[in-house]
Formats: sequence, structure tokens, C-alpha cells
Amino acid sequence: MSALSILFRRELALAWAGGGGPLLACGFFLCLTVLVPLAAGGDPAGLRPVAGGVAWLALALSSILSLERLFERDHEDGALDLIALGPAPLELVVLAKAAAQWLAVGVPLAVTAPVAAITLGLTPDQAPLVALSALIGALGFALTGALGAALALGSKRGGLLIAVVVLPLFIPPVVFGAGALERGVNGLSPGPALALLTAYVLFAAVVTPFAGAAAIRNAQG
Amino acid sequence: MFGLANPDRFLRFTHPLMPVVWTLAVVLLAAGTWLAFTAPEDFRQGDTVRIMFVHVPAASVGLGIYLALGVSSFFALVFRHPLADAAARAAALPGAAFTALALVTGSLWGKPMWGAWWVWGDARLMSELVLLLFYIGYMALRASIDDETRAARAAAVLGLVGLVNLPIIKFSVDWWNTLHQPASLLRADGPSVTADILAPLLTSMAAWAVFFLAVWLTAIRTEIIRRRVLSIRARRAQEA
Repeated sequence: MSALSILFRRELALAWAGGGGPLLACGFFLCLTVLVPLAAGGDPAGLRPVAGGVAWLALALSSILSLERLFERDHEDGALDLIALGPAPLELVVLAKAAAQWLAVGVPLAVTAPVAAITLGLTPDQAPLVALSALIGALGFALTGALGAALALGSKRGGLLIAVVVLPLFIPPVVFGAGALERGVNGLSPGPALALLTAYVLFAAVVTPFAGAAAIRNAQG
Repeated sequence: MFGLANPDRFLRFTHPLMPVVWTLAVVLLAAGTWLAFTAPEDFRQGDTVRIMFVHVPAASVGLGIYLALGVSSFFALVFRHPLADAAARAAALPGAAFTALALVTGSLWGKPMWGAWWVWGDARLMSELVLLLFYIGYMALRASIDDETRAARAAAVLGLVGLVNLPIIKFSVDWWNTLHQPASLLRADGPSVTADILAPLLTSMAAWAVFFLAVWLTAIRTEIIRRRVLSIRARRAQEA
């Protein structure tokens, strides 16, 4: 237990060290949000229907950014071998790293998401729903992303490979998350969509530790 | 079944089968093509209905191949059979090709029928595209790790994850499709399938499945021989 909590705190410290990774992710998120009206036209009537969807797209892309760092750096400097030799089972290590990734990157992004969505024209009363769905969704992205990062260990082209492997797996959370917002905007209860989103996150929480640990063991040989 | 997992026995067992499977594939493909072109025109779709005899088999076999890939990955991962890994590897490229063919023929068919090459609102189109993305991800992961055994195991994990995720993605896309009002022009497909159309369709589907089987077995055999050549080369290099 203590080994895991030390690992968890180490991950958080690493995420914040050296230029504030979470702030960088939020900066990237805002850059994407700025590009949308520039690319698609600044007409508010055109932006409003896609505001929630764009926020979710930006959330998914921003979540991928720091995944390469999650295992690859520890793998290169040998820390991952030491962690694997340590008392904590590798499955829980993967889970702890994903949870730390969510807390360090996902939560700041979820706080940024309502701001971006409102600037794009979403009504402010939807902001809590955006934040809540983004909070759950970011956990799903962190878990699924950790699996992709573990699979890409030892590959020559980490970042791009992770994106290609992970983005198709992001489809269900994006569908359910953006669906919750759409239902909210249309005056329907977002409950079913949020429940499905949570179900996907729970599913990922079961699959990722085992598959991720298998991938790491494989990379360590 | 596990007796055949020995690569040597597999090579010996499949050697006499290969001409049979290939002949059957060619005969069935020829029969399917013949039937497809002699089938009556659809009263509403005209000649374009013949695209179906390529499109539907390519789509369903393309999906079936992912099942083969996923099950092979499972056996490669759990029992560490080199043959199962060869089977998974050999299935990826044909699977991607069949799926891509289904997408291309689908949009060629969609243009005259729906008036659009591509409709984002249709769940089946999305699922098919995601299937292609899975094949691409699988091949990309496999190609970008130098060590072959490691690449194989990482790819097997991804293949298995994809297998459990595909139904979920399918469900989510269906759910999304009911959220958005589906385009009404998609409802305008022809009458339900009659026997004149069903016979060539079933023949074509059997032909494509056997064709894949032939390609698959050939690719597995090639893969086994390729590995053998690599290990012989490695041994020679060590001896030299």
C-alpha cells in the first residue's frame, strides 16, 4: 500500500515538475479551442451546436499529449524495472499511474473544458454538466491511454503510434460524453449518457491494469 | 486441434490442401461473379445492385477476419503458440484490404443510391471505418517494434483489446445514431431480398470466405517459412 502511495506521489511530482505539464496540457487545449472558430468560421450560430463536441474533441486530443511520458521515460532510465521488482504488483502500478495521470492532467483539463465550451457558445448553465462529464471522461482517457502507452513501449515512434492505437478506443467515451452534453442542451436528462460513460470508465479500469501490465512485462522481456 | 499447432505438421497437413482451397476459391468466385451478372436488375436500383455482391461479402468477411485475428491473438498470448501468432499476423493485411474494399464499394454504391459518397450519420459506415482503424493500429504497432517476439506479443494484446472493444464501439455508435436523427434517405433502400438476389449473394459470400481462407493459409505458410529462413540465416551467421 505504501509503495503504491509513494509511486502515486512520485507521479504527481513528476507531472508538475519541469514546466508544469498540466498547464501545458491546458494551454494545448485552449490552442485547439482557438483554432476551431478560425478554421470553421466565427459565426456564433454555427459554433453553438458544436461547442460541446469541440470541447470533447479537444479534451481527447489533450489527454493523449502527455501519454508518451507515462511509461516510456521510466522504461528508458530503468525506473520501470525497479518498480516491477518492487512490492506492488504491476497491475496496480498501471492503475496508480493512470490515476495520477488523471489527477495531474485530466482534472485540470476538465476544469478548463467548461470555459472553452462557453466561449464557443454553450450556455453557462450547462457548465457543471460539461465539467462533470469531462471529469469522468478524462479518467476513461487516462486509463485507455495508459494501455496505449504501455503497448507502445520500446517502439521507435512512440507518440504518433500511441495516438493511432488509442484514438479508436476513445470513441465510446467521446460519443457518450458529447451525447450527455447534447441531451443537456436539448433539455433531456443527461443521466443515461453519464451512466454509459461511467460504465465505459469502469470497463477500462478492469481491462487496462491487466493488459497494460502484460504489455509492460513483454517490453521488459 | 493442438496437434496442428506444430508448424511442421501444419506445413505438411496444409500442403496438399492448398491447391484444393485455391481451386475452390477460384471456382466459387467465378460462379459468384457469373450469378451476380445474371441476377435480375433491381427494379429501383437497376444495375447498381450488383455492387452488393462485392460489398456485402467484403464487409462481412472483413469483420469475420477480425474475429480470426482476435482469437489467434488469444491463443498466441495464452498458449504462446508461434503458429497462432503467424495466423494473427497473416490475417491483418487481408482484413484491412477487405474492409477498405467494403468502404470503397460502399461509397461507390452510396453515390447513386443515397446521393452521397459518405454519410457520417450512418452507424454501419462508422463501425466499418473504425474496424479499418483497428487493423491499421494493429499493423502500425507490429511494424514499429523492432524485436519480433515483443512486437508479436504487444500486437496480440492490442488484438485482444480490440476484440472486446469492437462490440462496445459498435454499441456506442448505434447509440449515437439514435441520438442524431438518422438520414431519411437511407430508408430508401430497395425491397427486401428475394431469392433471385439471395442465391448470388450467398454464393459470393461463400466465395469470399473461401478466398480469404486460401489467402490466409498461404500467408501463414509463407510466414512459417520466412521465420525458418531467418533462423537459418542467424545460425549461419553465428557459425561463420
